[in-house]
Amino acid sequence: MIKQLCSALLLCLLALPALAAFDVGQLMDDLAKHKGGKAKFVEKKYIALLDKPVVSTGEMTYTAPDQLEKRTLTPKPEILRLDKDLLSIEREKQKLSINLSNQPEALAFIDSIRGTLSGNRAALEKNYLLHLSGNADKWVLTLLPSDQKISALVLRIVVSGSKNQIRSIEYLQADGDRSLLSLEPSEPK
Amino acid sequence: MSQAGRTFLLWLLAMLAGAAIVWNSRFTADMSFFLPSHPTPEQQVLVDQLKEGVVSRLLVVAIEGGDSRQRAALSRDLRQRLLDQPAFVSVQNGEAGGQQADRDYLFKYRYLLSPGVSAERFSSAGLRAAIGDSIDRLASPAGMMLKTLLPADPTGELFELLSQLNGGAQPNSSNGVWVSRAGERAMLLVQTRAAGADTDGQEAAINAIRQQFAASRQATGLHATQLLVSGPGLFAVNSRALIKDEVGRLSLISSLAIIGVLLFVYRSFRLLTLGLLPVVSGALAGVVVVSLAYGTVFGITVGFGAALIGEAVDYSIYYFVQSGNNGLAAWRQRFWPTVRLGVLTSVCGFGALLFSGFPGLAQLGLYSLSGVLTAAIVTRFALPHMAGPETRMRDLAPLGRQLQKILGAMPGLRWPVLGLALAAAVILFSQRNMLWSPELSALNPVSQADQALDQALHADLATPDAGYLLVVSAADRETALQQAEKTAAQLDRLVASGELASYASPSRFLPSQATQAARRASLPQDAELRRRLHEALSDLPLAEQKLGPFLADVANARQLPALDRQTLDGTSLALAVDALLLHHATGWSALLPLQPGEQPIAAAGLRAALGSSSALFIDMKGEFNKLYNDYLHEAMLLSLAGFVAIVALLGVTLRSLRRLGAVLLPLVLAVLIVIAGLHLLGERLHLLHLIGMLLIVAVSSNYALFFDQAGSQQGLDPSTLASMLIANLTTAIGFGTLALSTVPVLHAVGVTVGPGAILALLLSAIFVPRGSDR
Repeated sequence: MIKQLCSALLLCLLALPALAAFDVGQLMDDLAKHKGGKAKFVEKKYIALLDKPVVSTGEMTYTAPDQLEKRTLTPKPEILRLDKDLLSIEREKQKLSINLSNQPEALAFIDSIRGTLSGNRAALEKNYLLHLSGNADKWVLTLLPSDQKISALVLRIVVSGSKNQIRSIEYLQADGDRSLLSLEPSEPK
Repeated sequence: MSQAGRTFLLWLLAMLAGAAIVWNSRFTADMSFFLPSHPTPEQQVLVDQLKEGVVSRLLVVAIEGGDSRQRAALSRDLRQRLLDQPAFVSVQNGEAGGQQADRDYLFKYRYLLSPGVSAERFSSAGLRAAIGDSIDRLASPAGMMLKTLLPADPTGELFELLSQLNGGAQPNSSNGVWVSRAGERAMLLVQTRAAGADTDGQEAAINAIRQQFAASRQATGLHATQLLVSGPGLFAVNSRALIKDEVGRLSLISSLAIIGVLLFVYRSFRLLTLGLLPVVSGALAGVVVVSLAYGTVFGITVGFGAALIGEAVDYSIYYFVQSGNNGLAAWRQRFWPTVRLGVLTSVCGFGALLFSGFPGLAQLGLYSLSGVLTAAIVTRFALPHMAGPETRMRDLAPLGRQLQKILGAMPGLRWPVLGLALAAAVILFSQRNMLWSPELSALNPVSQADQALDQALHADLATPDAGYLLVVSAADRETALQQAEKTAAQLDRLVASGELASYASPSRFLPSQATQAARRASLPQDAELRRRLHEALSDLPLAEQKLGPFLADVANARQLPALDRQTLDGTSLALAVDALLLHHATGWSALLPLQPGEQPIAAAGLRAALGSSSALFIDMKGEFNKLYNDYLHEAMLLSLAGFVAIVALLGVTLRSLRRLGAVLLPLVLAVLIVIAGLHLLGERLHLLHLIGMLLIVAVSSNYALFFDQAGSQQGLDPSTLASMLIANLTTAIGFGTLALSTVPVLHAVGVTVGPGAILALLLSAIFVPRGSDR
């Protein structure tokens, strides 16, 4: 009995390194294997001014390593496209494009999504302190801005997911408002 | 006093008077050379824009070298320095401070400025819709920027105003200042106080920019950086420097070469000096007459002097060579009528240009006509007196006899030449649609490199090109603004349907008083607004008590004084309004620049869409090309008229169809071969080549006439033949020098008439009437 207990304990101890092996590096490796796909999203913005969150829905498409499209269907159609460092927004016949390479703050913000999607640890660690909890099946990656300029906009970004799929991204803004983006993969590759 | 002395004194007095007039003349090298003297209303707008318009006052400034942080620091420093200079109205480099004043103005006066403000918007339903839209907008990252404004501006008026402004792309920014697309240059946009047509003012402004940049570089120690400047002002300054430089250079080359030829021929400084008297007289008279007739002399006109020298020196060559053997009386009787006829054909050619609506061309015509006429008159009436009987010079008969030998073999070339001319005619006819460059830019003296840099810098700044304009005019400012608003309402439909990408209007930042009053009147009183807001918010997630700032701002807007031009002071919007709302002698004009959608703007469709509006539509590039085509058509008619006049003159004088044909044939063949040759050599033919064709006939008629005279009288003596060769050489040198010019107007005439004159002499010799070959 004691023997069994001891061996179970030993097993546990042996298993521990295996569990502990799920670190940022491994998550990044997993994410980097993900070559892209489509997901339905629901985004809820909790704004102090408003009694109810503003909800928008649509579809996100990611093509590794640097193309991302966020197609909002409700409440108003809008297409946000990221191609390398060129961000363009189309809404009600208006088209706006911004070259992010000239906008370091916006680039840092975009990199939080892009770096996570592509498993680019270097890009993430340039602007954020990373903290990972959970295991490969259910992980939570917390990004804390290391730069004052960024933390003046966003206090914390929490990305959670399962294996190499991101399930939600939560932004906590400096003014206390927050937004929660939930993703439901529709055709995983 | 001897007759020679008296004549010289008279001549000297005339020259001194002329010099005094030239001394007091105004010389210019601006683009008014190209601008129509009798513009249509559309062309008038074009001319005003080029001379005074805001685009003509804009200079793009770029800083290269160093790293982006250094360039940004220099950009900020340079901006501060330039703002202190009186030469500049505005200096923008994308710094946030520069736009804050604009935002403040738009926000403070949003209820008077926003086209969304109407009675419907402030009804319960209108408020519900507008506030609902604002909340929906928060879902977008683009709308998030407006979140903090929601309590004061729940109906999104500022968003409405800003989205109107976002018609064009914004320049990229780095380190808080504008940079080029690739980020390798910091960009500034400078508006000068001096008008575009004020070349001195533009030069001073550009020098100020260069000096301040040098000082700024010194102060910051960033020596690895360089400055680039471009814009219409720089083009004007560069063109003026180019023309100034070329006038001096070309005249010098032409004079030296001709003096060299004359010295070789005369071997006498006295004869050389005497021979140059008609030339100097002609060149001076040309400037005097132009100055008296037009008030202003174009630099290019003076540059044409190089050719005039070559042409005017011919008369004294004829005189010295031909009278040397025969004496004065014999020269006057035998040769002068032929020379006179040649002068008159030149006068016909240059005279045709006087009727041109292209001021530069008319001036060139008047200058050359007076110059040639004066040179001939001085040769005929003053030169013999001043020179006296001692005009014996080196005997040119041996040269002439050699020429006669060559001449004897020449008629054998008739058929080959006719074949060549036929081939030239076939080439010209078969490619007649691609001979002429259809754009006024063909005459533009601005170098390709400068144009390319300008395009690159404008692309970096994403400045929209002023391609299309609508102009509404009225007696006073208020009416002009009201009409602009009416037109804008029609343009909104075209923007909605995608036919237009966007447009600008002065009424956007400065609505008419009537519109301001209507907007103010649509704002409800406080109690009423609260009641409607209560209804509107019943099913929206926004609590009434959070909209205190909105209620306060609407109440305030009901009390705001009406906006006028002074309210805009201190914002960059003031510049926009000044650029688009023009006061002139007959009233006010509002300009509405249009940005085309996917398709270029069709004038007919736009006019139909505007209906009964009195707005004038102007396609700037199209208008330029139409202007040039008008010039080209006119030049064709004038050339034809000049040619007909020359033919008539020769016909009346020669009184023989056969002789007329013999004189004209070599001239016409020379024109054909030269033009075909230029085309085959890849020269882009334009209006001035056409004028060159006329001048070949006008200038070269002398040679054919001498051969004709030889045929009808006792044959061509050796020294006359030699004089023709020398005169031809000097003419070819004079015009040929112009071919060296990089100013297209001068180059084209030179490259056409220079070879044309030589060819005309050769062909005249080849086609000399049979039986008089010897």
